[in-house]
Amino acid sequence: MSTLEIRDLHVSVETPEGAKQILRGVDLTVRSGETHAIMGPNGSGKSTLAYSIAGHPKYEVTSGEVLLDGENVLEMTVDERARAGMFLAMQYPVEVAGVTVSNFLRTAKTAIDGKAPALRQWVGDVRTAMENLRMDPVFAERNVNEGFSGGEKKRHEILQMELLSPKFAVLDETDSGLDVDALRIVSEGVNRVKSTTDVGVLLITHYTRILNYITPDFVHVFVDGRVAEQGGPELAERLEAEGYDRYLVGSN
Amino acid sequence: MTTPTETTPTTEPMTQDETIASIGNYNYGWHDADDAGANATRGLSEDVVRNISHLKGESEWMLKTRLKALRLFDKKPMPNWGADLTGIDFDNIKYFVRSTEKQAQSWEDLPEEIKTTYDKLGIPEAEKQRLVAGVAAQYESEVVYHQINEELERQGVLFLDTDTALREHPEIFEEYFGSVIPSGDNKFAALNTAVWSGGSFVYVPPGVHVEIPLQAYFRINTENMGQFERTLIIADEGSYVHYVEGCTAPIYSSDSLHSAVVEIIVKKNARVRYTTIQNWSNNVYNLVTKRATAAEGATMEWIDGNIGSKVTMKYPAVYLTGEHARGETLSIAFAGEGQHQDTGSKMVHMAPHTSSSIVSKSVARGGGRASYRGLVQVLDGAEASKSNVLCDALLVDTISRSDTYPYVDVREDDVEMGHEATVSKVSEDQLFYLMSRGLPETEAMAMIVRGFVEPIARELPMEYALELNRLIELQMEGAVG
Repeated sequence: MSTLEIRDLHVSVETPEGAKQILRGVDLTVRSGETHAIMGPNGSGKSTLAYSIAGHPKYEVTSGEVLLDGENVLEMTVDERARAGMFLAMQYPVEVAGVTVSNFLRTAKTAIDGKAPALRQWVGDVRTAMENLRMDPVFAERNVNEGFSGGEKKRHEILQMELLSPKFAVLDETDSGLDVDALRIVSEGVNRVKSTTDVGVLLITHYTRILNYITPDFVHVFVDGRVAEQGGPELAERLEAEGYDRYLVGSN
Repeated sequence: MTTPTETTPTTEPMTQDETIASIGNYNYGWHDADDAGANATRGLSEDVVRNISHLKGESEWMLKTRLKALRLFDKKPMPNWGADLTGIDFDNIKYFVRSTEKQAQSWEDLPEEIKTTYDKLGIPEAEKQRLVAGVAAQYESEVVYHQINEELERQGVLFLDTDTALREHPEIFEEYFGSVIPSGDNKFAALNTAVWSGGSFVYVPPGVHVEIPLQAYFRINTENMGQFERTLIIADEGSYVHYVEGCTAPIYSSDSLHSAVVEIIVKKNARVRYTTIQNWSNNVYNLVTKRATAAEGATMEWIDGNIGSKVTMKYPAVYLTGEHARGETLSIAFAGEGQHQDTGSKMVHMAPHTSSSIVSKSVARGGGRASYRGLVQVLDGAEASKSNVLCDALLVDTISRSDTYPYVDVREDDVEMGHEATVSKVSEDQLFYLMSRGLPETEAMAMIVRGFVEPIARELPMEYALELNRLIELQMEGAVG
C-alpha cells in the first residue's frame, strides 16, 4: 500500500515575459489502487501538474511538497522518481532516432528493476502486452516514436506502463487524438494494469469520454491552477452535461 | 589533455555539465614499459631515411623512392585550409622505432609484454572465435604478429605486412606502390612515402571472395613517435574483400604524429570495403591520406570512424575511373574537449554512369569541433552520374562547434546531385523522456548518441559495433577517466 501526497504545490514556468505562475496550491492524495480523474479546461494547469510530479526541468516548484510514502519526490532526479515507482504517460512523447522499441523497453525495465529481466520471461511479457494492445510484432523493431501515429504513440506509452509496473501512473491526456477503437484498446490496457497490479492512477483529461471506459474513484476539477471542486464519478457526468463554463465564470 | 586514472565507482549522480565533461575521456590510456622507443633518434634528414631503408634491407628502388619523397616533403607547404597543425614539430618526432628484431609466427612467440597489450585489446579472443581471418597487429613500427589462415593461402590471397610484401613480391609492389597516391600528392603523403614502415598488404586474385574480414590493429607506444604505416590493397577482377583497421593508443604528454597512406586498387567488378575506427589518444595528430580507384563496375566502400586524436584530417577518396563504378563513404566523428575532427570524403566521377554516396555523422561536445569537408567532382564526359551527400551533426552542448564544407565541382550537364545537411541538439525533452523511464542521465545521453550513429554502427562488423557502443558508454559514464 503506497500513498502519493501532493501538498500545496506551487509551480511556475519561465517565459520570455518572466516567470509565470501555473499551479497555485494543489492538494491531492492518491492511494494504491485508486483512480483519480483530473479534469479541467485548457490552460488550467493539468499537464503542468503531470510534468512537475515527473520532474521536467522546465517547471519550477516554488513551494509545496510531493511525497511518495513520505519520501520527498521533489528532491529526486527524474530517473530516481521513475525508479521509486512513478510513471508518466506523455501526451507528446519524443522520437529517439536509432533506438528500437525493444531495446528501449529492455533498457528501461533494467533501469527500473536494477537488474536485467530474465530473457525468456521478458520476451513473452512483451509479446503478450503488445498483443493485448493490438500492436504488430514488427513495432518492436521500429525506432522509438519515430513516424508513429498518434494512436501508436499512446499505445506505446501504455505498453511501457504495463511492462514497468509503476506504483503510481500519471496519464497525461492519453485519450487525446484517439479514435473510438484506439481509445477502447488503450483504456482496456490501463484497466488491465489496474486489475493485475495495485497501481494508483492520475488520469488527466479534458473530455469525459475516456471515463466511460476507465471508471474513476474520484474526480477533481482543475481551474486556474487549483482544484476547484472534487467528488465521485457523478461529477464527471455533470461536467459532461454542463461543461466547464460555470467554473470559468466563477474564477473570473 | 586528459590523464589516465582508475575507475572510481560513484553513487553520486552527475550533473548535466559533469556528464558532458566526461564524454570523450580516453579510457585506453595504459601503456607498457617504453624500452623500444627510448633510443630512437628524433628529427628527419636524408640520413634518417637512408638508415630506415638500410635497417630493413630494402632494394635500391625503394631507397630512391623514399629519398625523392623526402625532397618533395621539404618543398610542399603545410596544408593551411583545414585544422590547425602549428603544434607539429617535425624535429621532435621519432621516425622509426623497432620493437622486436623478428616477426613472431604465432601468438606464443610474442614477448609477454606485447601479449598483455594485445590481451587488453581483445585480439586473442577475436582470434579464438575466428571472427577474423588473419590478424596483423602492428606494434610500434613493425608487424610482430602475423597470421593468415589456411583457407586464404589456398585461395591465393596475400595478406602480409607491407615490408614483407616489398621483399617477397617486388613486382606487384613496384607496380602499384604510389600509383593511387603519388608521393607528391600532399605534404603528408610525401612524408609517409619517405619514412613509411609497417602497414598491411593485401592482394586478392580474380574472382576470389574473402568471406571473413581481414583485420589489423595499430598502436603507437613510444612518446613522440610518429607512425607512418603504409597499406596497399589490390582487389583483382570480380573479387571481394573487407579490410578492418582499428587503432588505439596510450596517452602521452607530448604530441604524436600519425600519418598513414592507404592505397586501394579495385579492379573491374571487384568490391572492397575498408573499415576503420581510430581511437588515438587526445594528443595525436592523425593526418591520413586514403584513396581508392574503382574500375568499371567496381565498388569501393569506406567506413570511417574517428573517435580519438587531437586533430584528424582524413577524407577517404574514390576515383571512379570506369563506367558504372560506385563509391560510398560512411563516416562518424566524435569531437570532445580539445579535439578537432576535420573529416569527410572525396568522390571524383571520371566515367559515365558512375555513382557515389557520402553519409557523415558527427557528435561534438565539451567545446570540440567537428567539421565535414567533402568534395564531389564530376569531370567532363562522366555523364549520367549520380551523387548524394548527407551530413548530420549532433551537438551535445552549446559550447561545441560543427561546420560543413561541401564542395561540388560539376563539369557535365546530365548528372543527379543531392545534398542534405542537418545540425541537431540533444534536447531537454529527449533526456527527460528517457530519464522518466529510469535511465540515469549518462545512460540516457549514451542512448541518444548511440541511436544517432546507429545507421553507421550497423554497417560495422559485430565486434566493432559492440566496441563502438562500449566506447560511447564509457565516454558517457565519467566514472572512468
